[in-house]
Amino acid sequence: MLNLLVISINAILIENFVLVKFYGCCPFLGVSKKSETALGMGMAVVFTMTIASAMTWLFNEFILKPFDLEYLQTIAFIAIIATLVQIIEMFLQKSIPSLYSALGIYLPLITTNCAVLGVTLLNINNAYDFITSVVYGFSAGVGFLIAILLLSAIRERIAYSDIPKPFRGFPIVLIAAALLSISFMGFQGLKLPF
Amino acid sequence: MAKNKTKSVSYLNILKDGIITKNPIFIQLLGMCPTLAVTTSVSNGIGMGLSATFVLICSNFFISVLRKFIPSKIRIASYIVIIAGFVSTVEMVIKAWLPELSKSLGLFIPLIVVNCIILARAEAFASKNAPIPSAVDGFACGIGFTLALTIISAIRELLGNGSLLGFNIMGENFSPALLMILPAGGFLVLGFLIAIVQFIMSKIEERSK
Repeated sequence: MLNLLVISINAILIENFVLVKFYGCCPFLGVSKKSETALGMGMAVVFTMTIASAMTWLFNEFILKPFDLEYLQTIAFIAIIATLVQIIEMFLQKSIPSLYSALGIYLPLITTNCAVLGVTLLNINNAYDFITSVVYGFSAGVGFLIAILLLSAIRERIAYSDIPKPFRGFPIVLIAAALLSISFMGFQGLKLPF
Repeated sequence: MAKNKTKSVSYLNILKDGIITKNPIFIQLLGMCPTLAVTTSVSNGIGMGLSATFVLICSNFFISVLRKFIPSKIRIASYIVIIAGFVSTVEMVIKAWLPELSKSLGLFIPLIVVNCIILARAEAFASKNAPIPSAVDGFACGIGFTLALTIISAIRELLGNGSLLGFNIMGENFSPALLMILPAGGFLVLGFLIAIVQFIMSKIEERSK
């Protein structure tokens, strides 16, 4: 239990998936203009990452491992994620339309979010068991959600400031992300008391 | 003869677009994850750039060959599977021949699959053009990507470690700015580089007016 807590705090704060490990930078920089869209994207990522971690772990354990096909991991996992995203989309559309309309447009984008493929491959590389994989997937997603929410809040403020012309647009966002990343480095001094 | 000439000019245009005027990183802002993550040293940057270039050339070529057979509804999924095939090849080759590079690039080699540059080129170019120009386009974008990675990683390695390609350049008394090779340095260097590019572009625009 404690072990799981350590893993999840580690994935959310100390080794934040986006700001420290750089997985999922494209949506982090691309869809963080407004807090609302950032929240939608973040929630969709948490959702997919959790389910994808479970699915890929099971697939790896019961299909790839017994047949010695582990070198196919990359292809198999990306195919699973693409299918999964499609299924989640259809399922939400039918059964939870309110959530679907909130996440709708962000779901297809998740297939090419490298954080999702990254977390599934990391689960296998770190030899996590099933429960740990799911917890790690969920926490990594939460780490992404926090990072993208923070950045979007900063960007909403930046929109009203007077920025030197060459820095307008992307450069100032990257510099804001750099400062955010520096502040997350502070968590590296965090010593968990167990 | 005249036809030949126009063809060579268009190849030149493809090359120029991919490397300079539509540079995937500095102008189109695609493929940020590997750009920021692996550019802590020049050798990593070049290794990543060349692996992606290889995947780009092959995937663009094959997607272009198959462009008339892939139904448009499932094209993205088919593209990803084709790309994933080549990425796995690269992954195995690097693991076998360059174990050190494989260790330092780590997970970012399999993650070439979800590099937006490759999917973007497949969708924007290879799905509409003949195989050979598509391969050239893949090559051009790959070289543009490699060039950008080399520039970023050179700055970060020089400032953060005082060396280039592992050789000490700045001398004994240089105290490295460790921040540059930490994650924050990646965001910072890329931010300033894009600002410089935007500055140059606006100057060029002013002059052309």
